[in-house]
Amino acid sequence: MKFTGTENYVATDDLQMAVNAAISLQRPLLIKGEPGTGKTLLAEEMASALGMRLIPWHIKSTTKAQQGLYEYDAVSRLRDSQLGDEKVKDISNYIVKGKLWEAFEADEQVVLLIDEIDKADIEFPNDLLLELDRMEFFVYETQQFVKAKQRPIIVITSNNEKELPDAFLRRCFFHYISFPDHDTMQDIVDVHFPGLQQAIVRDALEVFFDVRKVPGLKKKPSTSELIDWLKLLMADQLSAKMLQEKDTSSALPPLYGALVKNEQDVHLLQKLAFMARRRS
Amino acid sequence: MLIDFFLEVRRAKVPASLREFLDLLEALQNRLAFADMEEFYYLSRLCLVKDERHFDKFDRAFKAYFEGIENLEDLMEMLIPDDWLRAEFEKHLSEEDKAKIDSLGGLEELIETFKKRMEEQQERHAGGNKWIGTGGTSPFGADGYNPEGFRIGQKNGRHGRAVKVWEKREFKDLDDSITLGIRNIKVAMRRLRKFARQGAADQLDMDDTIRSTARNAGYLDLKMVPERHNAVKVLIFFDVGGSMDPHVRVCEELFSAARMEFKHMEYFYFHNFVYESVWKNNIRRMNETTSTWDILNKYTPDYKVIFVGDATMAPYEISHPGGSIEHWNEEAGATWFQRISDHFRKVVWLNPLPESYWGTGGSLGMTRQLVNDHMYPLTIDGLESAMKQLSK
Repeated sequence: MKFTGTENYVATDDLQMAVNAAISLQRPLLIKGEPGTGKTLLAEEMASALGMRLIPWHIKSTTKAQQGLYEYDAVSRLRDSQLGDEKVKDISNYIVKGKLWEAFEADEQVVLLIDEIDKADIEFPNDLLLELDRMEFFVYETQQFVKAKQRPIIVITSNNEKELPDAFLRRCFFHYISFPDHDTMQDIVDVHFPGLQQAIVRDALEVFFDVRKVPGLKKKPSTSELIDWLKLLMADQLSAKMLQEKDTSSALPPLYGALVKNEQDVHLLQKLAFMARRRS
Repeated sequence: MLIDFFLEVRRAKVPASLREFLDLLEALQNRLAFADMEEFYYLSRLCLVKDERHFDKFDRAFKAYFEGIENLEDLMEMLIPDDWLRAEFEKHLSEEDKAKIDSLGGLEELIETFKKRMEEQQERHAGGNKWIGTGGTSPFGADGYNPEGFRIGQKNGRHGRAVKVWEKREFKDLDDSITLGIRNIKVAMRRLRKFARQGAADQLDMDDTIRSTARNAGYLDLKMVPERHNAVKVLIFFDVGGSMDPHVRVCEELFSAARMEFKHMEYFYFHNFVYESVWKNNIRRMNETTSTWDILNKYTPDYKVIFVGDATMAPYEISHPGGSIEHWNEEAGATWFQRISDHFRKVVWLNPLPESYWGTGGSLGMTRQLVNDHMYPLTIDGLESAMKQLSK
């Protein structure tokens, strides 16, 4: 079982290492990183890549560790007793299973996501030490012992709002998702919006030459606006380095690739080029 | 696409995340902004900036980026192959024009000569006293078909254009790198909260009452809790005198805000750096001192410790025994500071000097190392980060 990212998720080498280590050594994986670097998404994508069910447990400031195991719903039991419901005689009817229990009793291995663990009280991670380590706990109300049938793969995310206790950290693998570099970002954008740039550029050209009306366009852009727009869209490819070298032969392919897909596009580009030069 | 733009925005310290960048791309996919820089400006600001404090930084980054791509114009133009141009070009020439061109040695050669001239004598662009761009007699300038000539006019146009929205920088004042007033300080300090219930139980705990009553099989079981209040305990050390004199006002403001905000607050003064004793009364500082050992023994490790000072002095005042400029100290300031930061769990240093002055060397660098780099500038932003660190 190897995780190498999915078609929706770009995983860097170090992240893949962390995930695979956590899977094979069966340790919880603690993921930190800047907001928006895909911490929560990682668990979802891991689950889908490994073909496992995902059990998400989203932590809030009021979440107690006990809620992850089980809760005893005394209030509805009392109500049932006043209504004379037969259920009331069996206390196990009022034990509400938590996410951890759900993950432990699953027949197949699952991915358990404990999301934003730092939102909870500072003692929260300590209260889960034994449960995460041994993957078992005891239900006092029913004198029942719950042990994981299959040790779930546990992913824990933190936004670093609170420091986590050392004892807890020792039991986890830790990975920090650093902010992606330029190339990784390009990969991520490609994964999420394949061909977006070409589409927008082609739209721009077509609108300009009245080939097609793009719905929702208030007014037809002027030549200068259009040129600015194209520059904005393609500035990444036309890097400053090329600008210095003034070597057009090496710079042409990316521009060409971004703009042109077929015969018609070439024609549009020719026309645009011409109009750009005439503008003065 | 736009990745460089996004990175530029982040470089300007606008806290935009990847999620927000993808939101922007999604908005573009839905053509919410199209071929209109102003629309794009509003859209990207909407997606990437989540606090008006960052508007100004964003505006500056936007401006910087667009000044950058302005230069791309030349490149764009270079990239367009000559033969495309020529094809279009010839379409627009009358027979008469073509004949004229032939007399000048053919289009091919004409363009060549033209380019050479451009390269050789750059200043002619502006002067325009040659046939390039003057109009009338030449097949190029007159009709504006001159493939290179449009640059001349265009540059002027660029400079004379109207001020763009992002260049107005209307949000300058909301930038939070400015120093603070008393109210701002209080708001920032409010981040440092640890609610606890202590003392007499005098409030009805609804949830617990219901739960206990249910467990009690319906017999009412009232549960009371003490009132919730901020139980955070703070210890502040102020640097006084000498280089701190210009910062007296901001320190006063900090002091009074902290006084109002924290129930359990103790403060002490020191000069330049902490040694074996500190004091509470600046007039009688020589007579009424408090031993630093006493402080370590008296206050529990859960006190949050804040040092306020510019940490600007001679390095030996920190590193060497006897380094103090006021008295003979048996042990070095660094040793004392280490004791304090070993004892208390959370220690930060607030510095009234702007962050750009700090550097990594000298006494400032040493102090930063001693506080594990938890030194923050005395600005709203810095204070908030400091409080965040203390409340972790």
